[in-house]
Amino acid sequence: MLAIVGAPSLDALVDETIPSAIRLKSPLDLPGGLSEHQYLADLERLASRNRVCKSYIGMGYYDCVTPSVIVRNVLENPAWYTPYTPYQAEVAQGRLEALFNFQTMVRDLTGMEIANASLLDEATAAGEAMAMLQRVQAKRPGQAQGAPQCFVADSCFPQTIDVLRGRAEPLGIELVVASLTSARFDAQTFAAIVQTPDEAGRVHDLRDFISSARAQGVLVAVATDLLSLTLLVPPGEMGADVVFGSAQRFGVPMGYGGPHAAFFATLDKHVRQIPGRLVGVSKDAHGDLAYRMALQTREQHIRRDKATSNICTAQALLANIAGFYAVYHGPRGLTAIARRVHGLAQRLERELAALGTRQLNGVYFDTLRLESNSVDKVREAALASGMNFRYRPDGDLNVAVDETTCEADVQAIVAAFGGTGSDDGQSDSVALVSYPPPLARTTPFLTHPVFGAYRSETNMMRYLRGLACKDIGLDTSMIPLGSCTMKLNAAAEMLPLTWPAFSRLHPFAPAGQADGYHQLFRELAGAICQITGFAAVSLQPNSGAQGEFTGLMVIRAYHHDQGAADRDVVLLPTSAHGTNPASAVMAGMRVVPVGSSPGGEIDLDDLSRKAALHHDRLAALMVTYPSTHGVFEEDIQQVCAIVHAHGGQVYLDGANMNAQVGLTSPAAVGADVCHLNLHKTFSIPHGGGGPGMGPIAVAAHLSAYLPGHTQAAVGGSKSIHATAGAPWGSASILLIAYGYIRMLGAEGLTNATRYALLNANYIKSRLEPHYPVLFARSNGRIAHELIFDLRPLKQASGAAAIDETDVAKRLMDYGFHAPTVSFPVSGTLMVEPTESESKEELDRFCEAMIAIRGEIQAVIDGRADPHDNVLKHAPHTAAAVSADQWSHPYGRQHAAFPLAFVRERKFWPSVGRIDNPYGDRNLVCAWTDAEAYAAESRERD
Amino acid sequence: MAYPAGFKYTKDHEWIELTQDRGKVGVTDYAQQQLGAVVYIDLPDVGRTIKQGESFGSIESVKSVSELYSPVSGEVIEVNTTLKTNPEAVNASPHDTWIVILKVSNPAETAGLLDAAQYAELIK
Repeated sequence: MLAIVGAPSLDALVDETIPSAIRLKSPLDLPGGLSEHQYLADLERLASRNRVCKSYIGMGYYDCVTPSVIVRNVLENPAWYTPYTPYQAEVAQGRLEALFNFQTMVRDLTGMEIANASLLDEATAAGEAMAMLQRVQAKRPGQAQGAPQCFVADSCFPQTIDVLRGRAEPLGIELVVASLTSARFDAQTFAAIVQTPDEAGRVHDLRDFISSARAQGVLVAVATDLLSLTLLVPPGEMGADVVFGSAQRFGVPMGYGGPHAAFFATLDKHVRQIPGRLVGVSKDAHGDLAYRMALQTREQHIRRDKATSNICTAQALLANIAGFYAVYHGPRGLTAIARRVHGLAQRLERELAALGTRQLNGVYFDTLRLESNSVDKVREAALASGMNFRYRPDGDLNVAVDETTCEADVQAIVAAFGGTGSDDGQSDSVALVSYPPPLARTTPFLTHPVFGAYRSETNMMRYLRGLACKDIGLDTSMIPLGSCTMKLNAAAEMLPLTWPAFSRLHPFAPAGQADGYHQLFRELAGAICQITGFAAVSLQPNSGAQGEFTGLMVIRAYHHDQGAADRDVVLLPTSAHGTNPASAVMAGMRVVPVGSSPGGEIDLDDLSRKAALHHDRLAALMVTYPSTHGVFEEDIQQVCAIVHAHGGQVYLDGANMNAQVGLTSPAAVGADVCHLNLHKTFSIPHGGGGPGMGPIAVAAHLSAYLPGHTQAAVGGSKSIHATAGAPWGSASILLIAYGYIRMLGAEGLTNATRYALLNANYIKSRLEPHYPVLFARSNGRIAHELIFDLRPLKQASGAAAIDETDVAKRLMDYGFHAPTVSFPVSGTLMVEPTESESKEELDRFCEAMIAIRGEIQAVIDGRADPHDNVLKHAPHTAAAVSADQWSHPYGRQHAAFPLAFVRERKFWPSVGRIDNPYGDRNLVCAWTDAEAYAAESRERD
Repeated sequence: MAYPAGFKYTKDHEWIELTQDRGKVGVTDYAQQQLGAVVYIDLPDVGRTIKQGESFGSIESVKSVSELYSPVSGEVIEVNTTLKTNPEAVNASPHDTWIVILKVSNPAETAGLLDAAQYAELIK
C-alpha cells in the first residue's frame, strides 16, 4: 500500500500528512491495550461494583422486558446496529419500514396526526416542542410585543424543566413555571407545556386546560407516557398541538440514562416545522411503494441556520426496538401489560392503605404518591431489600411499578412500609378498577395488521431477518461515507451492553449503587482529556449536535461571566457541517460566514476582516479539523490565534477526530472546546441513525461552566443548565467507547489513526487517475477522507448528465453503500474508508469505482444510450433483472453482476430508484394511510 | 425557454407581469431548473402587504429551499392555491404559473428591474 501511495514508511506518510507544528510531542499517556478476553474479565469486575436494585423511581425511566427475540435479532445484531442514517433509501428499506412502524405506533397511541422518527430524549423533545411552537406562532399575524413567554407546568419532570430553562434563555423566551391550575396566559404567551401522567404520577384531564389555552391563542404541548395511553384518553383527543415523551419502556433497557428514543407527534398542519427526521413513502422506478426520509429541506444539512432543529443523529435503533416491541405485542398485548401495571399499582395502594399509608394521587397509572411519617425507616428497609423509591423534596414518596414488577415485588414494597408482606395467594390477575369514562380510552389504536401479525417468535424472527436483508450495514460491506467514520463496532465492545449490571440501572438511583459506572466515567473522561489535551469533560450530550449546543452554551456562560454578555457572533467557515449554524442559532448566536480559499482552506484574510469587524461581539469560531474538505490545514494555529486576539473562543467540531487521535489534538491546534462524536471515532455504532454520543471537552478556563443536572452532582461550579435529560447522557453506550480505548490502548489508538490516513491516501492514489480529487495539501496528501468531483463528468456526459447520484445508486449494484453525496461540496462524493477496512475491501471498492468510471465513459463516448443506461437505471432489483421482459440496450449480467467479486456476495437492492419529489409532494408518514396511498398511486399510473 | 418580453425580472429570478396596478409574480425558467423538481411552495396570506425585495414565501425542491422575493411593493390580492396540490406546475410552465398577484403600490419600482434581454444576459 505504501508503494502505491508513494511513501517510504507509515511514519513518513504521517509526517507528510499532518503539519509538524501541531504534532503531539509525546505519545498518549494511556495504559497499553488489552485482549478482548482480558478486557471482558476486567469489565466484569467493574460490573460487580454496580448494584442492581429494583428501581421504582419513575421520572421517565422504567424497568422493562426486552423480548428475547428483539435482543438477539435487533439489539445484538450488527445488521441493525451498524448501518448509517437511511439517506440512501434504496439500501435501507428494512430500517425505514421499522421506523415507519414506530411513527405509526406513536401517532396511534398519542392520538395525533403525524409523528417523527424519534428525538434524543424526552427533555430535549420538550425543548424542540417549545422551539417549534414558537416558529408556528411567529407566523401568526398580530404578534404581541415583548419577550415571548412559554408556560411550563411545574408538574413536568424536573429534568425536563431544567433543560427547557437552558433552551429558553438564549432564544429570549421567558419561561413561566407554575402549577397547572394557576396557569395564566399573557398576550405574549405562545405555548404551554404540561404533562400527564405528571411527575408525581397524577393523570390529568387536560380538555378544559387545552381549550382555554387555545381560546387565548396559546398552543399546547403535552408530555406523556405511551404505555398509559393504551388505557387513557390520549392528549391528541384532548386537543394537544404536540405530544412528546420517551418510548424507553417499550423494551429499551434503562441503561443508567440511555440511550432511548424520544417520540414527537403533532398535527399535519405543522409538518413543515417538525424537528428531526421523518420517514415517508414514495414509489420507485417500477411504481412500487418504497420508504424514504421525507421533507429533508427542514433539516440542518440543507437549511442550516434556518433549520427546524440542530438534530442530526437521533435514536433510530432504540425507536426501532420500541416499534418492534409494539409489533410483537400488538394492541392487545400492550393493553394487557398496561392493565397489569395499573392493577399492581392499585393493589399496592390497597395494601398500603390497610397499613394506614395515604396515597395522594387521585387518578394515576403506575405511580403512587405516598405520605409517610417514617420516610427514613422506609428508605432504610427498602434499601436493605434492594429497592429504590423516589424520595421527594416535599417529604412524600413516589413508587412507580412497571412491566417487570410481580406479586412478590408488591409484597416486598409493602414490607418496607412495615406490612407483614404476607402473600395472600392472589395471583397477578388483580381486579382492575377501570378509569372513569372521561379518562378511559375508547378509540382503537395499532389497527394496522403489522401490529400483531408477528406475535410468535418464529414469525417475529423471520420478519426481523427479512427487513435486515434489505439494508447495507457494516456486516455487508464497507460503508465509505465521508465525515461519518463507519468503522468496526467490535463485538467485545458491544457484549456488555446487555449485562444487567449495566442495563438495569436507573439514572437517578443513589450514586453508591453505580460505583462501577462512576469509575468508568472517570477513566473515560480522563482518557478523553488525554486524547484532546483538554482539562475537563462533560459526558452529558447525546449527539454531536447536542455537544455543539452544549459547548456554545459553555462559551456563552464564560463570556457572560467575563462581563461580555453581548459577545454573540459565531464565525463559521462556509464548509461547516449544517449542525454548526443550527446549533449556533439555538445558542442565541448570530452566524457570520467565513469564506474558503480556492484550495479549500479557511480564507485567512476574510477571517481576519470579519473577526476585526465584530471585535467587540465575537463569541467564537466553529471549525472542523481536519477540515470538512479532508485536509489538515497548515494555518490552523494562526486561525485560532486570530480569533483569540479578538476575544473569541475556538470551538473545534470533533467530527473528524479519527484523523487526530494520538498524532495531534484539539488543544494542540489551539482550540478551547471540542465535542467528540463517540459514534464516529470511538466505535459506538450508528444504529441506523442513532444512538450517538457527543461529550465535550474544555480547557481549564471553561470547566466551571460544564452542564449540571437537577438529580445528580455533575458539572462545574457555575454550571449551565442540563442539556440532556440524564446526567451522563446515554451512559450505557459509553461502555463501547470505553472498551475501544481500553482494548486498543495508547499505541493501538494511535495506530488506528495512522491506518485511517493510509487507507484514505491509498484510495486517493488508486482513484485519482479516474476521478479528480478536490482538495489536498500542497504535497498532495489528504487526511482521513477525500472528495471526488463528479461535476466535470456531468458536464462531459452532456444530455445524459451523469451525476453524483447516479454513481451513488450504481455502487449499490456493486454491493456498496454510497459515499457522502454532495457534502461539503455540491456535485461531489466524499469517501472515508476508516482504519477498519482491509486492503482487499479497499481494492474491491476502487475496482467498483473504476468500473463505474468506464460506464460513464461509455455514455460520454456515445457507446451507451444517454438515458437508457446502467447508471440511470441503477439500482437494479432482482425482480427487474429477472423479469420476463427486458428492454434495455445493456445486458442483465452487466446490470446485476458487473464485476466478478459481486457474484460472490451479491447484495440485491429491494427497490429501484426512488422518486423523491413524488414522496414530498404526496406526504404519508404512517401506516393505514400508506395502503390507501399505494392503491392511489397505482391508479394514477 | 424564451423569457417573455412583456415581463420584468429580478436578480433573484422572479418575474412580474404588470397589467395596470395588478402584478402577477412567478419564478423564472432558470430558477426552476436550478431548484429541480419543486415539491412545495409556502404561500403568503391574501391581504398581506410586502415591500420590494421582501421575502413573501419560499419554494422547495427535494434538495433545496429558496426564499421568494417580491419584485415590487404591494398587497397580496390573490394566491395561486392550485400550487398546493400541483407545485410541479412551476417546473412544467414557469412563465405561465403565477404564484401571487399583487396590487402594486408603486409601479415606478419596476424601473429598477431587468427586462428580458438583461435577464437573459444575467443568467448566461
